[in-house]
Amino acid sequence: MVAAVAAIVVQRNLFAVVVLGGVYSFLMASVLIALDAVDVAMTEASVGAGISTALLLGALYLCGAEEAQPIRRPWLPLLVSLVTGGVLVYGTLGLPAFSDPQAPIHRHVVPRYVNDAERETGVPNVVTAVLASYRGYDTLGETTVVFTAGIGVIALLRRRRRKGEGQ
Amino acid sequence: MSFWSHFSYAVTIALLIAGLYVVIARGNLIKKLIGLSIFQTSVYLLYIAPGKLIGGTAPIVDGKHAVYSNPLPHVLILTAIVVGIATLALGLALVVRIREAYETIEEDEILDADRAADRDGHGA
Amino acid sequence: MRHYLVLRVIAKLVIPFMLLFALYVQFHGDFGPGGGFQAGVIAAAAMIFYAIVFGLPTARKVVPDRVAETMVALGVLVYAGVGLAGLVLGGNYLDYFVLDHDPVHGQHRGIFWVEAGVAITVSGVMLKIFYMFAGRRSSRDDE
Repeated sequence: MVAAVAAIVVQRNLFAVVVLGGVYSFLMASVLIALDAVDVAMTEASVGAGISTALLLGALYLCGAEEAQPIRRPWLPLLVSLVTGGVLVYGTLGLPAFSDPQAPIHRHVVPRYVNDAERETGVPNVVTAVLASYRGYDTLGETTVVFTAGIGVIALLRRRRRKGEGQ
Repeated sequence: MSFWSHFSYAVTIALLIAGLYVVIARGNLIKKLIGLSIFQTSVYLLYIAPGKLIGGTAPIVDGKHAVYSNPLPHVLILTAIVVGIATLALGLALVVRIREAYETIEEDEILDADRAADRDGHGA
Repeated sequence: MRHYLVLRVIAKLVIPFMLLFALYVQFHGDFGPGGGFQAGVIAAAAMIFYAIVFGLPTARKVVPDRVAETMVALGVLVYAGVGLAGLVLGGNYLDYFVLDHDPVHGQHRGIFWVEAGVAITVSGVMLKIFYMFAGRRSSRDDE
């Protein structure tokens, strides 16, 4: 995945960048399956590698497929990125180790979800139960976000019939 | 604390700074949007990796397993993925409109055109 | 047109399975991975595939713009409607326990309709966005 991302950074032909983005999404979906996140992997694969690639190619058709040569040598952004990375590495040293059962993330509310979800909702898939039932408000908000994005795109890209080009 | 216990964080940070670098350093608007989506994907990894328990299984309850990976990050990231693509779609629509207005999608050329318009017309 | 023949045949074979898989993911989301979002995106991808292979005007006849726009709003209304149903039947907003005599069955109903609403909105939005991007004539053609 890191190799794919490095290629995306360097490559200037935008069509290649979009295809590499699709490859990166598929690799990310495989990693997510290895981390037992099956719902998330399915969503990432279909959204990241499917819809995202289709929309980017559509935008590329309307815009132009080559990136211009950068004028200035990008030392300052590189420095900023590396310093940010260094600070984050220092910060994550304090986080729990990989697969630590005593980590705080496994306490508090999650045991109730995993233990009681099937009994209270009748749905074995805990992720669906939490998404649709325990945290239904969040999903309502998210559906509204998708709706807003849809009408935003409609508002931006609509053609006026007056000019005779209405679809 | 060995290197391997924090390996997932290292990968996350590597992807994150790559995405950040693309957003800051590249001038092409579509490439910036792709960099932003790489940044978001690395954050998904940041959330989901700590939820994994070695020896556990996917959080779908059946009678055969006793240990499940944590489902809470999965829920949050599911929402995040969908919001990410909503952002990408809206951003691409804006880029298309910018292209039609300025004939270019390179950031420095757009800023130059704006400065020229300000100089000539005192605000377009 | 000869070399497009393979694409057309494969598309005709694969698109029904894609739509069926989207429905499977939607309704089987309770027992396996899946749910509303994945199903909506897969259904939209099937329609986008159809539009790419057979042309945008043909796809617009199959799923007109009006239908896509209606789907966008309908899903959110279904979701909010389930919440209101909970309110009307005596519980809180988005309370599933009051939707049926048996609370667990009420949860089933609530989750079913909520996921259906999400799938309708997501597939409508993705398809409509694709229609808008693909239907816009490129300004580069005018130069």
